[in-house]
Amino acid sequence: MELGQMQKSLQDYTKSLFVEGILDSQFLQLPQLQDESNSDFVSQVVSLFFQDSDRILNDLSLSLDQKVVDFEKVDPYVHQLKGSSSSIGAQRVKNACVVFRSFCEQKNVEACHRCLQQVKQEYYLVKNRLETLFKLEQQIVASGGMISAMDLGF
Amino acid sequence: MALGDLSSSSTSELHVLAVDDSIVDRKVIERLLRISACKVTTVESGTRALQYLGLDGDKGSSGLKDLKVNLIVTDYSMPGLTGYELLKKIKESSAFREIPVVIMSSENIQPRIEQCMTEGAEDFLLKPVKLADVKRLKELIMRGGEAEQEKTSNLIISSPKRILQNNFFFNIFFIITIIVIFIA
Repeated sequence: MELGQMQKSLQDYTKSLFVEGILDSQFLQLPQLQDESNSDFVSQVVSLFFQDSDRILNDLSLSLDQKVVDFEKVDPYVHQLKGSSSSIGAQRVKNACVVFRSFCEQKNVEACHRCLQQVKQEYYLVKNRLETLFKLEQQIVASGGMISAMDLGF
Repeated sequence: MALGDLSSSSTSELHVLAVDDSIVDRKVIERLLRISACKVTTVESGTRALQYLGLDGDKGSSGLKDLKVNLIVTDYSMPGLTGYELLKKIKESSAFREIPVVIMSSENIQPRIEQCMTEGAEDFLLKPVKLADVKRLKELIMRGGEAEQEKTSNLIISSPKRILQNNFFFNIFFIITIIVIFIA
């Protein structure tokens, strides 16, 4: 595939993530924070988000699997995940966390289990899509092309 | 007091202490501030922030900071000391109460915002924080610093009496010296 086509694919792919609501405008803030002194910021912060989310989801699973669920523990985890997903623009993860929190408030264990599944689903989706996005970028760079912040914004 | 030192810092860069328990948010706020030409120190809790400033009640602790802090930006919801409690501790301290404190929160709760502003917060930012928020904040703080400097220089101009008084003693000394020389 030649460079121009690859760049078009990247743009279309990125656009689809916004159209599907997987990402929101906060994601567009991230390339603005990248410069020569910190040329890897977007992938760094996204990787950090993946690591942090993996940890939180693990802790959440453990907490919900307890015989007696301690919602004082569960809610802060969901709050954390809501915050970090919001900061990088992972809109659907954030929204799933909002729903999750409302069921935490109601101390509804069954509903919380369902919410956790929903959050995991959305998380794996955005993780998969962003990993694909970064692969596309890498292919372009490897072929001698350049990615500008403008490619990600529209 | 803190802002007045802006003139003496060689690069007139704000040194911001950013407090947030989320590792992702710390990374984002650090970049937001760095790209807005600020020096940044990040800590993960209110307790750490107090330690950094030397306000943790540790006997003889002068704090870990090597650079004067010009602005504190803190998340509201944190385990342990909340952002609000941190704000209170800072405003209660004679050494640090002049430092502007900005609260960040993902929740737009009016009573919470009012409570923070009443306690002396400079501003309240809704998360997720954007570059435009940081730029606006920086302008606000820098203007505040300029206003302080202007205030000080106005003080000097509007107190000629004080200058005269200083000169008065110098004049007396001068006259006495002349008289002594005459007599001698």
